[in-house]
Amino acid sequence: MKILVPVKRVVDYNVKVRVKSDGTGVETAGVKMSMNPFDEIGVEEAVRLKEKGVATEIIAVSLGVAACAETIRTALAMGADRGILVESDADLQPLAVAKLLKAIADKEQPGLIILGKQAIDDDMSATGQMLAALLGWSQGTFASELTVDGGNLTVKREVDGGMETIVLTLPSIVTTDLRLNEPRYASLPNIMKARKKPIETVKPEELGVDVTPRLTVVSVAEPPKRQAGVKVGSVAELVAKLKTEAKVI
Amino acid sequence: MDFALTEAQEAVRDNITRICTQFDDAYWRKADREVRFPHELHAAMAEGGWLGICMPVEYGGAGLGITEAAIMMQAIAQSGAGMSGASAIHMNIFGLNPVVVFGTPEQKARMLPPLIAGQEKACFGVTEPDAGLDTTAIKTRAERHGDRYIVHGQKIWTSTAQVADKILLLARTTPADQVAKKTEGLSLFYTTLDRAKVEVRHIDKMGRAAVDSNQVFFDGLEIPLEDRIGPEGQGFRTILHGMNPERILIAAEAIGLGLCALERARRYATERRVFGRPIGQNQSIQHPLAECWMELQAASLMTMNAAWAYDTGRDAGALANTAKYLAAEAGFKSCTQAVMTHGGMGYAQEFHVERYLRESLIPRIAPVSRELVLCHIAERVLGLPKSY
Ligand SMILES: Cc1cc2nc3c(=O)[nH]c(=O)nc-3n(C[C@H](O)[C@H](O)[C@H](O)COP(=O)(O)OP(=O)(O)OC[C@H]3O[C@@H](n4cnc5c(N)ncnc54)[C@H](O)[C@@H]3O)c2cc1C
Repeated sequence: MKILVPVKRVVDYNVKVRVKSDGTGVETAGVKMSMNPFDEIGVEEAVRLKEKGVATEIIAVSLGVAACAETIRTALAMGADRGILVESDADLQPLAVAKLLKAIADKEQPGLIILGKQAIDDDMSATGQMLAALLGWSQGTFASELTVDGGNLTVKREVDGGMETIVLTLPSIVTTDLRLNEPRYASLPNIMKARKKPIETVKPEELGVDVTPRLTVVSVAEPPKRQAGVKVGSVAELVAKLKTEAKVI
Repeated sequence: MDFALTEAQEAVRDNITRICTQFDDAYWRKADREVRFPHELHAAMAEGGWLGICMPVEYGGAGLGITEAAIMMQAIAQSGAGMSGASAIHMNIFGLNPVVVFGTPEQKARMLPPLIAGQEKACFGVTEPDAGLDTTAIKTRAERHGDRYIVHGQKIWTSTAQVADKILLLARTTPADQVAKKTEGLSLFYTTLDRAKVEVRHIDKMGRAAVDSNQVFFDGLEIPLEDRIGPEGQGFRTILHGMNPERILIAAEAIGLGLCALERARRYATERRVFGRPIGQNQSIQHPLAECWMELQAASLMTMNAAWAYDTGRDAGALANTAKYLAAEAGFKSCTQAVMTHGGMGYAQEFHVERYLRESLIPRIAPVSRELVLCHIAERVLGLPKSY
C-alpha cells in the first residue's frame, strides 16, 4: 500500500507571529518556516506503518512556493521515499489544495492519505474532510490511534467527552491529532540520504486544477494584550478573589 | 559571496536544536552540580549518527565538513548545553582527524566506526604539566620494545579520561637531545586506555564539572605497533592536522554559549521591572547587549570563514586562530554581561548565567591561550620575529 502524506510549510511554531502593518496577514519574510507539526505526526505515522510492513511506499506532497521543497526534504529525512511539489505562488486555499491532492491521488492510487487535522497557520481544519468528499473515500479525522488490519482501518478519534473508535474500509483519509505519536528526530545519515531522494515538481495547471482563491481575508489583527495578573499572598486570599472578583467558585 | 546556509546546513542546525530540547536547563544544572557526565546527550548524538558528521562515509560517517560540524557544535552550546554539552562530544567529532589523514586503511576501519557509533569514547592527551604550551617540550616517553611501545610519563587536563575507552596520545619516542629539531622524535598513538597501567585523577575545576578533566599517569602502558598513527617521530606534524578543526569548533562553541547567555539576558532585561520600567529600556543595559550581539556575529563570520578555508583545502591557520580568539572573547563578554544584566540574580545558580560565565573561560584558555594566538598572528601574518 502506498501512503500519501501532504506536508505544509508554515511559520515555525516557536516563532512569535507578527501581524503585517497593513493588516493583510502575518509577517513571513525572514521568518523561520517549518513543517506543520500535525503533518510531522502524519509522516511519523506513515513511517511506522512502513516499518511494520503495512506500507510499501510513502510519498510526501507539499503545495506552494518553491521553498516547500525543503519541507518535503524534511519528510524524506524522516523516512518518506519520494516527494511531489505542486509549485504555485498563488494563495492556495483548502478547496484548491483538496482538488490538487485529489488529482495526485488519482494518479498515484494510494491506499491511505494521512493529513494533519489542521495547519497551525490558518487553523482551517478543512482540507482532509474536503479531500475525502472529493475522492468519495472514508475518513477518520482527529485520529489518536490507528491500526491497519487487511482492508480495514481502525481509528480512535478524540471527540468531545472522550474517545470514539471507528472502523473504515480502505482507501481512507486520516487526519492526525496531537496524541497519535511523537515524531522522531531525523538522523544525520537519513538527512544525507534524503538529499538523494527524488522530488518531482508539477504545476496546478498540469493537474487541471483552477486554484483561484474563493475566500478573501478582510483583515488580520493582533489579539488584545493580556492584562497583568495579580499575586495573592495566601490560599484564603485566592479563594476570596475567585469568589468575589472572578466569580468562578 | 554567498553567506546563506545550505539546505543541509540548516537541517543540521534545526535537527540538533530539536534533539537538544530533550536536555533542558535543569539537566545541565544537575550535571554540573553532581559532576556527572552527560551520557544521555552523547548517546542521543551517537544514535542520530551525529558523531560522524565530518568522518568519511566509508567508515560510517556523513562526510560533511568542519563547516557543518561547527554549525552543529554551535547549536549544541546555544541550546543551553554550553561547554558541558559541547565538550562531551567535542573530541569525538574532530579528534581522529589525524587517523583519517595519516591512518592506514586497517587503522581507519578499526578505529573510526566504534567512535562514530558511540560504542567508544576517546580522550586527547597532549598537555603536560612541565611543558605547557611548549608542546615539543613534552616528556612522556614511549619506548620501543620490538612490536610494542612502553609508555611512562604524565599528562594533565586530559578531558573525558574518566569515561574514555581510548586515548589519542602524543609522546616522545626519541629523546629531545637525540633529534635535530625539537619537533621531531614525537609520535602519535591511538590506543586503549588500559586502566591497569594508567591512573586517572580528577581535577576539581571552576566550571564544566559535568565533563571531567584529569591528571593522567602512565606507568608502563603497552601500545602495540599497529596503534601508532603516521610515521614514528612525525607525531607533531601528524597532530597539527587536528589543530585547525579544533580551533574552529571551539570558536563555534564559544559563540553558541555567548548567544545562549545573550538570549537569557535579553529576556530578563525585557521582563525585569525596576523604577517602573523594564531594565532593558535603559541604554546602559541594552547597549552592552547590542555590542555583545555584534561581536558574536563578527566572530561567527570569522569562524565560518575559517571553516570554509579548511574545507576547501586552503591555509586555515591564521583564520582558525583568529576565529578562536575573537569567538572566545565575544562569548566571555556576553556571558559576563548576562550575569551583570541579571544583577543579584545573575549570581544565583537558578538563573544559569553564572554557569555559562564559568564555562566561558575555557575557550579563552584551551586548546591554546590568547597570548599564543597573538604570537602566531604576529609571527606568521605580520612577519614579526618569533617571540617564544
Ligand atoms: C577545561 C580544560 C580542558 C582541557 N582539556 C584538554 C585535553 O583534553 N587535552 C589536552 O591535551 N589539554 C587539555 N587542556 C589543556 C589546555 O590546552 C592548556 O591548558 C592550554 O594549552 C594552556 O597550557 P598551560 O595550561 O600549560 O599554560 P602555560 O603554558 O603554563 O601558560 C600559562 C600562561 O602563560 C602564557 N604564556 C606562556 N608562554 C608564553 C609566551 N611565550 N608568550 C606569552 N605568553 C605566554 C600563556 O598564554 C598562559 O596565559 C584543557 C584545559 C582546560 C582548562
